[in-house]
Amino acid sequence: MNSNEIFDKLKSEFGDDIISLTEEKNYDPYITVKRKNIKQICLFLRDIDGLNFDYLVNLTGMDWGKELGVVYHLYSISLKHRIVLKVFLSKENPVIPSVERCWKSANWHEREAWDMFGIQFENHPNHIRILCPYDWEGHPLRKDYVEQETYHGMRVPV
Amino acid sequence: MGLLDRLDNPYEIDGFFLGTVEDLLNWGRSKSDWYLSFGLACCAIEFMAINASHFDLMRFGSIPRATPRQADFIIISGTVTLKMADRIKKLYEQMSEPKYVMSMGSCSNSGGPYWEHGYHVLKGVDRIIPVDVYVPGCPPRPEAFFEGMIKLQNLINNQAIFRKRSSMSAEELAQLEERNQKQKEYMERAAIEYENYQETLKTGGMQNPDYNGKYTINLPKIRMIDHE
Repeated sequence: MNSNEIFDKLKSEFGDDIISLTEEKNYDPYITVKRKNIKQICLFLRDIDGLNFDYLVNLTGMDWGKELGVVYHLYSISLKHRIVLKVFLSKENPVIPSVERCWKSANWHEREAWDMFGIQFENHPNHIRILCPYDWEGHPLRKDYVEQETYHGMRVPV
Repeated sequence: MGLLDRLDNPYEIDGFFLGTVEDLLNWGRSKSDWYLSFGLACCAIEFMAINASHFDLMRFGSIPRATPRQADFIIISGTVTLKMADRIKKLYEQMSEPKYVMSMGSCSNSGGPYWEHGYHVLKGVDRIIPVDVYVPGCPPRPEAFFEGMIKLQNLINNQAIFRKRSSMSAEELAQLEERNQKQKEYMERAAIEYENYQETLKTGGMQNPDYNGKYTINLPKIRMIDHE
């Protein structure tokens, strides 16, 4: 199934939650969706015959400057097709439902997105930092990140 | 300076020579310094090559030990992240005296490529523990590491055990003073950190969210180094 067919199928099921399909040269085609029903969309993509996206290749946070976002790279091992979902979030309130119940591998990816970008995932079973220490301040991959001066008495900047 | 150098001495022949117990002890110590089996980053890969048969670190008498309590020196082989720095400090404190530190590679010497933008990297391991030998390189060649190893052996050979200061040259004395000064600074820092740690204990300690707040991290007490 190509990306247009996937987009049409999602559009007929979820309507306004699916915003647009973007196909650019040298890029994977991606579908921009609203954050509210992301979990239902992911379950739909995973379970409906003909879609069968049984593999979450990657889930990553993004910082586009004005707003944050989450990118889902999906692949179907059985049908050998792929699609990318993008969700844009406001910097003031970056909250999105967790898809850990759809793909177990999302667990650590979402923890990393929380750690690096400060994106909160609702109903995540273990919503803690994964790479930085637990008492770290700030989310380092944000564009407006400011290094802390000291950590446990050790100077952080040069 | 070493014991074996005396074989050339014309006054000490036929297997007899005049020496001190100290020379003998230092000779033994320098030729059997065991290291902590501990690797951090890509320098640890190079270090595996150093350990393997082609370069064969064991000809220096160095055996990897799995516990810091049996190790004579620790090789900081790689990038020291701030998260790891706490652990390195703990490992260093668990080692028994006399103990030595070798810093291997640019990262642990000075932060290396993370010097400017590494928000998570300690800019040089000598900010937390006193370093005896720095080996430059990214990562260092095994030959460079062996030069550092020989430097460490010389350092051990020249070390005072019994009132050796009186017979030391000014240069050796300065080296010893520098080392003692480093140890003293470390001791002072550790004392301050221990006080800070006691303060955090009063406020309930650090909570580990892995255990849903039921478990409190109980850091071991920092041992005070009683160095001359």
